[in-house]
Amino acid sequence: MSAWNALWWSIRREWWENRAIQVAPLVVAALALVGFAYFSVRFGHFVAGHPGKALNVAAMPFSGAASMILLTGWIVGIFYAADALYGDRRDRSILFWKSMPVSDLVTVASKAAMPLVVIPLFACAVALVTQLAMKLLGPAIAAAAGGDASLLWNAWPMVSQTLVMLYGTAIHALWFAPIFAWLLLVSAWTRRAVLLWAFLPFFGLFALEKLALGTTWLLSAIQYRLVGAMTEGFARGALKEPITHLSQLDPARFFASPNLWLGLAFAVLCLALAVRLRRYGEPI
Amino acid sequence: MAIIEARGLRKAFGPTIALAGVDFRVDEGRIHGLIGLNGAGKTTLLNAVLGLTPCEGRLAVVGRDPWERRDDLMRDVCFVADVAVLPRWMRVRNALDYVAGVHPRFDRAKAERFIARTDIPIGKRIGKLSKGMVAQLHLALVMAIDAKLLVLDEPTLGLDILFRKQFYDSLLNDYFDERRTIVVTTHQVEEIQHILTDVTFIHKGRIVYSSPMEAIESRHAELSVRAGNLEAARALGPIHERQALGRTILLFHDADRERLAALGEVRSPGLADLFLALIGDRASTGAAA
Repeated sequence: MSAWNALWWSIRREWWENRAIQVAPLVVAALALVGFAYFSVRFGHFVAGHPGKALNVAAMPFSGAASMILLTGWIVGIFYAADALYGDRRDRSILFWKSMPVSDLVTVASKAAMPLVVIPLFACAVALVTQLAMKLLGPAIAAAAGGDASLLWNAWPMVSQTLVMLYGTAIHALWFAPIFAWLLLVSAWTRRAVLLWAFLPFFGLFALEKLALGTTWLLSAIQYRLVGAMTEGFARGALKEPITHLSQLDPARFFASPNLWLGLAFAVLCLALAVRLRRYGEPI
Repeated sequence: MAIIEARGLRKAFGPTIALAGVDFRVDEGRIHGLIGLNGAGKTTLLNAVLGLTPCEGRLAVVGRDPWERRDDLMRDVCFVADVAVLPRWMRVRNALDYVAGVHPRFDRAKAERFIARTDIPIGKRIGKLSKGMVAQLHLALVMAIDAKLLVLDEPTLGLDILFRKQFYDSLLNDYFDERRTIVVTTHQVEEIQHILTDVTFIHKGRIVYSSPMEAIESRHAELSVRAGNLEAARALGPIHERQALGRTILLFHDADRERLAALGEVRSPGLADLFLALIGDRASTGAAA
């Protein structure tokens, strides 16, 4: 049996354990669909009043629903990562996991794969299904309400928008990797209050910097880490309007960004330390 | 063949010395009891054997260095570290799926047969099972793994006597054979002494006594002294003396049983008595293992 097999089963067990990964994006998707149904009813009246803006407005719920679902995935990932290497020490089940022929490297890899690969991909799948449902339901509801169905049918170019979504998810996963890796490291280290220990040092340093130097470099760095994937991953100025063409993506600029690679190096360091802590730390 | 061979194992946690040069050997096909007070170093020794903690000295488990090759070792070694370490959120069925997925030596059909003999509902979450059922489930998982060494650290702590008896009965009847080796620690010494083939007493990080069980019976004798014979019995050099029901009980090592029999009733000591005799006087607290 290979390490890949152990990794596969470790990821499956994470999937079984953390139901919120599945539930949260689905709940948001359901809410988005309810909101969209109301939007579709009202859409006919809106078009009559503002014919020039109609297509842009028709596109908004599609990108809005996807953004909310994907954002939910990232937030779920934060809570997941904060508990990932901590929960099984707290309830002592680590002693069971460690009795299986699964290395600490594979364990940490499976727990890193959740917020960086599994959760984002699941959120993408939910977003895609939601958008498909919207594309089918929207025109029907609009027509039934006596409005124009064709605009809602045409508002979402499926193939290009799906490619944009997958690209956006991939660059965010790479860009956010240091955040999740840091949370995993703290969850492997602390004995309590993971999120507090994860964020407190940054608040402390922020206050120190502000008091001692009067600057806010750290705050800007954190803000940049949160939004940087958007500014680095798309062509300059592209974000001022809806992303509808693949030409607005700029992977070359994204992968040339030194901050991407600095972040990834930090992520690898954090994960390596997490493996070491898992291995050397007392079992509990 | 030695399944565990330890020479001069040392481990300290800061100023506390957990293992102070331990020599320990367990042969294939044995059921070896490791007995000591709380904090004697039992769990540290077992953690070293399981590759959960590094330590100084030489240690080979199933021919491997457990710390360097832990992942590999876990194919040949199983352990039940404690009662109720199975993840509470997991369903019984998922636990079977998972172990079947990651463990190359797990026989799922066998585990299902063991579970079918209990009242464990396969679709339930482990957190909803009684403590006894969790222990039964863990045992069923472990017994279905074709491992060379099984390590049990207080496997029945907190279970009622019926479950404890069932636990050791099924271990003996359904699992143990001459190719397998079991190391077990427990507080309930009397309950397991009949299944042990060997015993080791550990105290303050040192091995103070280690012997096959049959040698204990042949080499140790307990004498319940008849009135008037006490001085004569003391002259034979007992290693321990205690009072019970108004009589003096003396424990002898390598003494002539016929000479003892002239002074009172002779019987083989229980493990707990022997433990108390060897450790009790050294320990500040008096409770047995």
